Amino acid sequence: MAINPMHQFEVYKVGPEINLGGINLSFTNASLFMTISAILISSLLFFGTKKKSLIPSKIQLITEMSYTFIAKMINETAGSSAKAFFPFVFTLFMFVLFCNMIGMLPYSFTVTSQIIVTFVLAAIIFIGVTIIGFIKHGIKYLELFVPKGVPIVLLPLIIVIEIISYLSRPVSLSVRLFANMLAGHTMLKVFGGFVISLGLLGGWLPLSFTVALTGLEILIAFLQAYVFAILTCIYLNDALNLHH
Amino acid sequence: MELEAAKMIGAGLAAIALAGAGVGIGLIFGNYLSGAMRNPSAAAKQFPNLLLGFALAEATGLFGLVVALIILFAF
Repeated sequence: MAINPMHQFEVYKVGPEINLGGINLSFTNASLFMTISAILISSLLFFGTKKKSLIPSKIQLITEMSYTFIAKMINETAGSSAKAFFPFVFTLFMFVLFCNMIGMLPYSFTVTSQIIVTFVLAAIIFIGVTIIGFIKHGIKYLELFVPKGVPIVLLPLIIVIEIISYLSRPVSLSVRLFANMLAGHTMLKVFGGFVISLGLLGGWLPLSFTVALTGLEILIAFLQAYVFAILTCIYLNDALNLHH
Repeated sequence: MELEAAKMIGAGLAAIALAGAGVGIGLIFGNYLSGAMRNPSAAAKQFPNLLLGFALAEATGLFGLVVALIILFAF
């Protein structure tokens, strides 16, 4: 049997062990790759906006493209009142995108394939959106669970369903990203194992398959970051513009 | 039945979820294509919605994978 395809998701500590009051705060490979992606995003934005020329250089073009991409997305899905949340959505999108993309490099670690990372992101969104909704609409925010134009007889059932679907938002948001990353990377490693075990004679077929799958995975890495950001915008839209 | 064998069967059964994801992805792309054939000028504007629908449909199949992994490794 080839190497265990789940081995790539193992978290191990890099450097010395740090223990603070019984909590293990060691610097792991997950924190290392999160730091790398944060540094990459910061340097992209720093160098992209350093020399502001009318005819943009390549790096300035990438920065402007990512800015307009997110700004347009927020404007289309959540309306102009969500403009204030642009920094949050932009940070979220760039972080998830860079974590996914860095994970596509061989021998690197995919941070978003850890359920706890994606769940914390989703929980922040869920709690934040709920707080924003209550600040903006007060107790009337609970009207979110009562869709308009529903017969009175059906209302008790509908309200229960709506509350359950609202509470399952963070779970589905986090599991979607996590499962996509986990499944994709496991599949790549399984096909990589076929190449080795079939050897020089029959290994070319799975090798070409792996190349095609890598292309698909890069598409999925972008798509999942996009879906994560756009669902955040949709949830924000629910909280900001009640019943629209 | 032994627990190990039952685990393997259960994990395999969880892969049936992929059938639903396949139907969903096929429906989305098929309907997009037929819509784009009828009105090609509106097709480009709906492309982001196509990708969103694709990602949402694909994720439901992967929930089955998560169930399989939980069965295999968590219990």
